[in-house]
Amino acid sequence: MSKFEFPPSIKSRPVYGTLEARPGKAHLMIADADGAEAILGIATPDLMAKTHIIYIPRGAAFADDLRALNPAQFYEGPSYAASVSRIRRVLQDAHMGLQVYLTGTEGLMGQAQNEAMMAGIPHTAIQTEHRGSVARRMQCVHCKGITEDVETDPFQCSHCGLNLFVRDHYSRRLAAYQGVCIDAEDPGNVPAPKGIYE
Amino acid sequence: MTIQFNDETFRDDYSFRNSDWAIKRFPFPFHEDSYMYAVNMEQHRGGPEGSVYEKRFDVDEHYVSEMRDRAMVLADDPLRCQSLPHMTLAGWDLLELIMVSKSEDYPDLFELHRDGDTWRWVNKPLGIDDTFTFLDDTTLPYGPMEYITRQTQGDFCVLDQRDNNLWMDAGMVTTQADWSLDFDIGMNFFEWHAPVPLAHEKGIFKRALKFLLNIQQGAPARRLNWTMTVNPLLDTSPENYHKWGIQKTTLTPENIGAKQHLRVELQTFFRLPRSNALVFPIRCYLCSFQDLMTMPKWGRRLHRVVRDLPDELATYKGFIDNRPMMLDYLSQFDDGLPTSPGVWPDLETEPPLAK
Ligand code: HEM
Repeated sequence: MSKFEFPPSIKSRPVYGTLEARPGKAHLMIADADGAEAILGIATPDLMAKTHIIYIPRGAAFADDLRALNPAQFYEGPSYAASVSRIRRVLQDAHMGLQVYLTGTEGLMGQAQNEAMMAGIPHTAIQTEHRGSVARRMQCVHCKGITEDVETDPFQCSHCGLNLFVRDHYSRRLAAYQGVCIDAEDPGNVPAPKGIYE
Repeated sequence: MTIQFNDETFRDDYSFRNSDWAIKRFPFPFHEDSYMYAVNMEQHRGGPEGSVYEKRFDVDEHYVSEMRDRAMVLADDPLRCQSLPHMTLAGWDLLELIMVSKSEDYPDLFELHRDGDTWRWVNKPLGIDDTFTFLDDTTLPYGPMEYITRQTQGDFCVLDQRDNNLWMDAGMVTTQADWSLDFDIGMNFFEWHAPVPLAHEKGIFKRALKFLLNIQQGAPARRLNWTMTVNPLLDTSPENYHKWGIQKTTLTPENIGAKQHLRVELQTFFRLPRSNALVFPIRCYLCSFQDLMTMPKWGRRLHRVVRDLPDELATYKGFIDNRPMMLDYLSQFDDGLPTSPGVWPDLETEPPLAK
């Protein structure tokens, strides 16, 4: 699948790179959905012998391909929320020099990056590569509720129901973009939703 | 002089008013007839007597009512005051800076009595007389930053300095020009400024950061920023935008002089001694258009600035839709005469409106 080129944006918005196999004794790869393809792209038997893969398929059909790489450890999780305690546990055990690879949706990468930073992994040891859906994890600035996988602008807050426009302003701490009421100055005037990058 | 504190509101019935004294000392932010972003920073070492620049932390007639408004905002939304765990020492630094400054600058209003670590703080306008142990969090009713900023006008960002950057790791933010502490906390200088148009491209933030990183203890700096607010509403937060945004549509040619306010932020920068953090107080002053127009120079100049402001800035500041109505109003106070340089009203020397 071809990769989506995000348009240039403001300075709080994260930029993602391209995964590359780095030297190291231990490797942790966390991916969701099409992120599997980025792992498949850099996998070698040597690397896989030292790699723990945590994969959340979200309907994609790559789990068997990843398992077939024979990683040192493989975990398939039903959702990020279900996997996060395991991610924390693994990061807790991390030794100096652990290489972290995050790939898939922005929501997955942002949240897992937070866990890695909180565990004290230096940011220079964390790589990211965006793959698959360009949906965003959004925080409603009004009620503070987070809505996952927002594909359209505007969208309706899944918590308070306000119609929000999708900003590019991004908080790493929340791993979320900001949503702000779109019809505050003209109640009821909500444009038809379109894709975020359309 | 002794200050007569107003009993007034910044919401609902908006009984906020500026006295003649407050209008005269209003920090009009335009030193010439046009405006563009710049690294407009200078030393914060006092200023003309009676001006808002004179004292380290200006106290004016709105003090008591502003503190009441802050308490209401915090009761509705405690997330307006946050401090990441490593920022507690900086909070004590800030408490000390404010208590020492205010007790020295306003001895009739504030007293600080220090006996070793046992401190007694007397705040007469707010009726507070507390004794506590300096650097012992358990001896105050709130964390040190929250305690002292519930008693000090203006918002406060406390910035940790590391990796050659500043990090917004603590703050008390209830009178903000439409940005969210809860969202921005933990960001660095370039990240929290990300939404600002044009300034990144002009290299302004790079130069400003360099200046800030080098601010030394005892050598504070200051700058002004401004925006527009309909009604004297202090809490123009994004959190509550779905409630107050509609007020922007209530302007009419009849009420604009009273309802439209120029909102000026006196921003200061102090290095803190123990934590090496930087504190950034953002003090908000509001003045209605009709009060500003009592100074002929300000009337002429405000019209020209608003008229010629780039669309990007008028959009960012949220008044592009109301700009035509503002200009209709302001143009009545612009007779085309030249204006003297500088921000001061120069009431004695500037000619009255010839129109
Ligand atoms: C370290 C202290 C500072 C803090 C905490 C701070 C914080 C902020 C915040 C939160 C915003 C609103 C951004 C948004 O739209 O979400 C802002 C706007 C802005 N800041 Fe700063 N700032 C600081 C220092 C400076 C300095 C030194 C400059 C000097 C050039 C500067 C220039 C600006 C400008 C031009 C804007 C846009 C304001 C407008 O048009 O209304 N800031 N700042």
